[in-house]
Amino acid sequence: MDLLNIFLKSAFIENMVLSYFLGMCSFLAVSKSVKTAIGLGAAVIFVLAITVPMNWLISELVLGPKGIFKMDLTFLRFILFIASIAAMVQLVEMAVEKFSPSLYNALGIFLPLITVNCAILGAALFMVAREYNFSESVVYGVGSGFGWFLAIVLMAAIREKLRYSHVPAPLRGLGIAFVITAFLGIAFMSLMGINPANYFAK
Amino acid sequence: MALIDKIKSLEPDKKKHPFLHTVYDGFFTFLYQPATVTRGGVHIRDGIDLKRTMAMVVVAMQLCYLFGTYNIGQQYFMAIGKHAGYFEAIHLKILFGLVKILPIWIVTHLVGLGVEFYFAYKKGHGIEEGFLVTGALIPLIMPPDIPLWILAIAVAFAVLFAKEAFGGTGMNIWNVALVARVFVFFAYPGTISGDSVWVAGLTSSNGQVVTDFGGSGWVLHLFDKLWASLGWSTFGADGVPVDGFSGATPLALAAAGGWDAVTQHYTPSEMWWGVIPGSVGETSKPLIIVGALMLIFMRIASWRIMVSMVFGLAITALIFNAWGFNPYMEVPWYYHFYMGSFLFAMAFMATDPVTASATNTGKWIYGFFIGVIGMIVRILNPAYPEGWMLAILFMNSFAPLIDYFIVESNMKKRLRRV
Repeated sequence: MDLLNIFLKSAFIENMVLSYFLGMCSFLAVSKSVKTAIGLGAAVIFVLAITVPMNWLISELVLGPKGIFKMDLTFLRFILFIASIAAMVQLVEMAVEKFSPSLYNALGIFLPLITVNCAILGAALFMVAREYNFSESVVYGVGSGFGWFLAIVLMAAIREKLRYSHVPAPLRGLGIAFVITAFLGIAFMSLMGINPANYFAK
Repeated sequence: MALIDKIKSLEPDKKKHPFLHTVYDGFFTFLYQPATVTRGGVHIRDGIDLKRTMAMVVVAMQLCYLFGTYNIGQQYFMAIGKHAGYFEAIHLKILFGLVKILPIWIVTHLVGLGVEFYFAYKKGHGIEEGFLVTGALIPLIMPPDIPLWILAIAVAFAVLFAKEAFGGTGMNIWNVALVARVFVFFAYPGTISGDSVWVAGLTSSNGQVVTDFGGSGWVLHLFDKLWASLGWSTFGADGVPVDGFSGATPLALAAAGGWDAVTQHYTPSEMWWGVIPGSVGETSKPLIIVGALMLIFMRIASWRIMVSMVFGLAITALIFNAWGFNPYMEVPWYYHFYMGSFLFAMAFMATDPVTASATNTGKWIYGFFIGVIGMIVRILNPAYPEGWMLAILFMNSFAPLIDYFIVESNMKKRLRRV
């Protein structure tokens, strides 16, 4: 039940984009068509599902006082997290280039930029701050990735629909994207405050 | 000379007075169907155009307006314990309702139409009719005592950001009336949630609830002279202390103690006919159903959305019944129709053809999930008493995505046949 709870919370109730506003840059830039949004969203789910548990292992086995060096190396956390994320993204990029060149071209610079997507590092740091164990960090990675995926796909579908409307000239492009993000945030506030754990008798 | 020629002779010059011409054009096409027709392309030619469609929705709401006006007065008199019978002193109740709802209606239309006229003039096209329905809906979903300046800000925000920013009528993604309400809900929560806001004309000072006519007191006192001369009952003085007033809505009671707590205060038939505190237009269930049937009969609202919403609510409520974690979950599923604003949201909010899914399969999915999410917010979310406003906004954001996938799968199906 704890795992289900973590998944629901990270995907819907505390959505990475719409309630923490993390990972906004690629969310705003790559959400012009649903197809590319699905591609980038899937890449983010994959990277999060791998890097959060991997970073859990790093922070427990390498950096922690019980790790291989037997000393507190937590000040190295940021640099090691970024390095491991960069390595994973490199792998994803090679795989996407090999298997779907069209998606690779559509994503452009934003695929390597997943490295510095704040949602990825944010998830790893939340995982440390909330003291998840290994299986919880796997679920948390998948859940927050799914939440990010959902947000960018929603955004892309709305922006595709808006292609046929007469948005006032000053608002076209990024301006209306910010307005849409605000309304998506309001819509997701409907679930905010629900704690599924309260409804399961211990 | 026929009347229409006289009206046409009033038409201002488009070049000299563009703003006046926009206003004239807006009112003229509201009264008369324009003689120009669409050229080229494939279009449906029908006697009922956008303005006539919108006007029909407003007509379907009128019963809710009538009852809402009466109920504002009825709730006030029930709270102060005078004329508590349903048919006593109806003149006072209607007058009290009118002095509450007319300012709300006027401010909504002044602000909303003002923004709309300005944008039509700036963009150089005719006035779009979208605000007719929005403006009729907003007074029905507000608490009767809403401060007018808050209402004005909310309406301006909704029309500017939820409609004009997206390109005007027919282009909005989120329901404009609900955006106005959600703005008040999150920005000024004290005026739209809690137990004390749903009955008009009462304030509490130092823990004692007293009657408070507010700025409209002079109208009531003026009419009191008329009633007195006719020998009818009158409002009397302002500032009378009220004892034993709770004002809790059925939803608040159910959240605290389940169905038993609700029936201690309200009988099911009271809740069905609508003599309970709540937003102006949401309380009377049979009149809303009449409005919904009118909309279905005129083929303006989608019956698919309404039916699937009922299914969504019923199935979720049955699951909660089986779960039975707290008394609120054990409220029988059919009583969820009696409480809160489900039927109003179903008839007038979710069926908005602009913000709902456009495909037929999409409508089933869209309505069903409004039912599910609304129940989840109503029962599981301790922060909000009622869920339909937020559930509809939530599913409004999903509607384009649902449509996208349904269109894609239809295309795939057809391509296979090629």
